[in-house]
Amino acid sequence: MLVLAGITVIVAGFLLRFNPLLVVVVSAAVTGLAAGLSPLAILAAFGKAFNASRYVSVAYLVVPVIGLLECYGLQTRARGLVEAMRGATVGRLLLAYLLLRQITAAMGLISIAGPAQTVRPLLAPMATAAAERQGAPEGDEGIRALAAATDNVGLFFGEDIFIALGSILLMKGILAGYGIELMPFQLSVWAIPSAVAAFLIHGARLLWLDRRLAGRRTNRT
Amino acid sequence: MIGLGAVYAVAGAMFMVLAGLSLRTRRWGHAGFYALLALSFFAGDRIGDAGNGALVLGLVAIAGFGLLKRPPRPVADLPEPRGNAIFLAALVIPATTLIGTLAFRWLPSLVDLKQATLVSLTLGVLVALAVGYAWLRPRPTTPFVEGLRLMDAIGSAFVLPQMLASLGAVFALAGVGTVIGGLAGAAIPHGSLFGAVIAYALGMALFTILMGNAFAAFPVMMAAIGLPLLIRVHHGDPAIIAAVGMLAGFCGTLLTPMAANFNLVPAALLDLKDRHGVIRQQVATALPLLGVNIALLYGFGFA
Repeated sequence: MLVLAGITVIVAGFLLRFNPLLVVVVSAAVTGLAAGLSPLAILAAFGKAFNASRYVSVAYLVVPVIGLLECYGLQTRARGLVEAMRGATVGRLLLAYLLLRQITAAMGLISIAGPAQTVRPLLAPMATAAAERQGAPEGDEGIRALAAATDNVGLFFGEDIFIALGSILLMKGILAGYGIELMPFQLSVWAIPSAVAAFLIHGARLLWLDRRLAGRRTNRT
Repeated sequence: MIGLGAVYAVAGAMFMVLAGLSLRTRRWGHAGFYALLALSFFAGDRIGDAGNGALVLGLVAIAGFGLLKRPPRPVADLPEPRGNAIFLAALVIPATTLIGTLAFRWLPSLVDLKQATLVSLTLGVLVALAVGYAWLRPRPTTPFVEGLRLMDAIGSAFVLPQMLASLGAVFALAGVGTVIGGLAGAAIPHGSLFGAVIAYALGMALFTILMGNAFAAFPVMMAAIGLPLLIRVHHGDPAIIAAVGMLAGFCGTLLTPMAANFNLVPAALLDLKDRHGVIRQQVATALPLLGVNIALLYGFGFA
């Protein structure tokens, strides 16, 4: 029971807005001590896992390229491109991106898009430009946030269709530990209904945004 | 064979350059932070588990004492904006990643196939940098000065995913999962299939919200409810219970600041004043979708 103290630390730490890295380390220390581990054993277990999960941070390699291109007008051009496109509403633009992200993620292509790779340099400025043309208030944060949200939904509810993905292998491994042998394909095929539902639910919200913006414009004129 | 080693060497080199640039502007905290990351990428496999642990404590000390608080500098003035060809340069990285991931399958002796995507991504970055230097002719440091601007804007949040994965390892070692399993098992009305399905799916989502990662929640909920109740007592289909249960966890990922790389990092990257702005936009998708996953579990899992 005492080992749950670490979870309390996490929740309290985040609510009180302490530095997140500090909260995580304190939680690890509290949990480990409560379970009777020595401080050195906790430190080693934490360090080992940190080293093993370095691949998570490799996505930040794109940062110099994006920074350079921004400095030569990438965001400005992206906005200009949409401004020149007639009929490209923010809802339809994000809907097309959602579909593309789900399909590529289902093919295992997870790192080709993402907040740093595509959302900040391309999708967010394009969506903002389209929304402003549809009458959204200038510099509306919500549109940029929605662009990032659309990227997340597309990734999460596309990637599990790919058979060689970490989460599929994790499920297979854990069930195998209980003597239940499954093929990755059996698991990935059951990600498809949720992927379709995610497309319908999020897609409907995107198209509804278009209608809301149109409604606001008619009210004003 | 080209694998994670080469990828980490490139990452280490980049963080080394960022550390150097921070030193030049006398931002000691940033310089130390990036230098420790460079050390982790270059030598993480050689400094031992406790050494890595000490490295993490160094990162936490720098972030925890607020040494990364100094605001990043604003965007540099545009030297001379370019036309739409800039998009081609931006597409170099995704295109190389896509082509590389597919093409390396025919070169199994050259590239570690399990890491083909990360190797291709790294290759794409190097190609894009080469194209950028050749075409735009910036000063040699410009990409890294601008990259540093983006990294400083994200702050220490970008190592949080790695930290949470490590916390999960400590939780596993301490047996947190077993305790949670016992609690959840006691809360379900005896013999109720619907109650068990709800507890399993909501448990996945809730524990993911706490841990920031469905991977951490899955073993816990599978051991607590999925296996003993849904599969053994109610004879559910293990494939559906596992796959849809994981996706119920993903709904939780959309709702939590603990999933920093998906929810907080983009908010920082997009200069949102509301650091929970991305989560706010995801609530109305995540909650109905969680309902759909519960319905899928209940409707198809026990045929």
